[in-house]
Amino acid sequence: MGTAFWCIVEDDRKGQPKKVMAEVLTEAGRLSGGQAEAVWLTDKAAPDGLERLAEWGASKIWLLESPALAPYRGEAWVPVAAALVSARAPKAILGPVTSRQREFLARLAARLGVGFAADTVGLELDGDTLVATRPVYAGKLLSKVTWAKTPWVASLRPNVFKAGDPQPGRAPVVERPSFTVPDATLTLVERREEVSTGLPELTEADLVVSGGRGLKGPENFVILESLASVVGAAVGASRAAVDAGWRPHRFQIGQTGRTISPKLYLGFGISGAIQHLAGMRTSKVIVAVNKDPEAPIFKIADYGIVGDLFEVVPALTEEFKKLLGK
Amino acid sequence: MKILVPIKQVPDTATQVKVGGDQRAIETAGITWIISPYDEFAVEEALRIKEKRGQGEVVTVSLGPDRVKEALRSSLAMGADRAIHVNDPAFAEADTLLTARALAAVFTQEAPQLAIFGRQAIDDDMGAVPAQVAELLGWPSLYWIMEEAIDAGGKTIRAGRQVEGGLEVFEAPLPCVLAAQKGLNEPRYPTLKGIMGARKKEIKDLKAGDLGLAPAPPQLSVVRLEALPPRSPGRIIGGEVKDAARELVRALREEAKAI
Repeated sequence: MGTAFWCIVEDDRKGQPKKVMAEVLTEAGRLSGGQAEAVWLTDKAAPDGLERLAEWGASKIWLLESPALAPYRGEAWVPVAAALVSARAPKAILGPVTSRQREFLARLAARLGVGFAADTVGLELDGDTLVATRPVYAGKLLSKVTWAKTPWVASLRPNVFKAGDPQPGRAPVVERPSFTVPDATLTLVERREEVSTGLPELTEADLVVSGGRGLKGPENFVILESLASVVGAAVGASRAAVDAGWRPHRFQIGQTGRTISPKLYLGFGISGAIQHLAGMRTSKVIVAVNKDPEAPIFKIADYGIVGDLFEVVPALTEEFKKLLGK
Repeated sequence: MKILVPIKQVPDTATQVKVGGDQRAIETAGITWIISPYDEFAVEEALRIKEKRGQGEVVTVSLGPDRVKEALRSSLAMGADRAIHVNDPAFAEADTLLTARALAAVFTQEAPQLAIFGRQAIDDDMGAVPAQVAELLGWPSLYWIMEEAIDAGGKTIRAGRQVEGGLEVFEAPLPCVLAAQKGLNEPRYPTLKGIMGARKKEIKDLKAGDLGLAPAPPQLSVVRLEALPPRSPGRIIGGEVKDAARELVRALREEAKAI
């Protein structure tokens, strides 16, 4: 058995690794004593993308580059990755929770006949085993799980694991093993891009501003958007706001929506139903603004203002502008 | 066209859950059980496909103890034609891979043209079983499906999966595994006629042996379930709105260092 911790690279589909990889590589390096290796399946890796992975802590990069690996299809990726696993026997295979890796890592674990822990928020070595912590039951409990054998396969919730300081100028060590991509039966026929909001993507954002039923209507989200654009936040919504048709489902935070862990979460007019808390309770700092002092969200908020959001939001926007010199 | 819909019975979100005596599972007394909400999207989509094509069979399947019959009965009341209950203590501590092996064995016996899962069950939120069943069977899988359309001949399917920043529509040959995302449809409520009719529909019981499965240990096991560590109590900032806003921004910068 090898000792390396592999990190499956999530990229922007244009040759650059996403910044969440700094978190995954740092955690893998911490657990393996510096043996964090990046595994990058892609149609195109930019040279400075490889440099970035090295700076973020990849001691080695396994580059699997082929036009047949884009777009992501499990049938193409899994056999390629599994062959490299057989040859190199990594101790662990980690990746961030993303749309493709939630499927890929599960399929890979099944192919390898090993356990898979999804959406972990903590990893610790216990003797010669790994113990992962995962939120379960709508985030009401934490489950500690462990593996019967290696490689340990797990996905890591973005924004939870700490990224270390990058090491500028660290040269990438790139291995290009030969491989063959099996024919995939899936064909991409269409890609529909969402109209860009100009704001960060919800699950990747460091700051999230979120609105609920207290917004009273879809037209009022504009005040949250202007606050968000001042601080560079993504805008999310509660299930109540989504079910009312005020925001598309992709903006929903909660059990039947997205799970987020930003550095700062600001909820406006959100009562804090269990189903919403399930999607945001691992946020580092939680701010709640609600007219109802009994709203459950105040129980988990670090800071709260009991008041009318239509007065508080503009006042906050002004204060943030002053703070950030905008 | 035969469509298999694996479903899972889970505690209602609003139910209080507590760690059980063995510290590895929840206390099940007093829990209200429901079909995991994403699985209802899957049942609904299968029923719509059958209705649109004017023929076909929708079969729901679930693993679990006796209480799971209730969830299967609900799926029959929605309109599924029959159900399969894999009821064997051998699966009491099944991880996603053991669950996927059991389901894959059911798939092999039933030979459906399509399988629709929910994207994840809302108890353990693993979201791995659909992909793992597909992998074990060598089928393509498509996650977080927002729309689908099957060709008239029933040979291929087009399905749109939600990804960061958009929707990717793929064409896949059947059989294929789909995992339903919220937004795919609006699940129907069972009608009184449906509930009455469900009583007469078949729920077939299967044991591990009926599926040709030898007992196997899980690859991933729960060491311990824990309550959440308490969050330190927060602070309500009072006063005039302008003062409160100023104090909040100051606290976020200086105390919480969040901005």
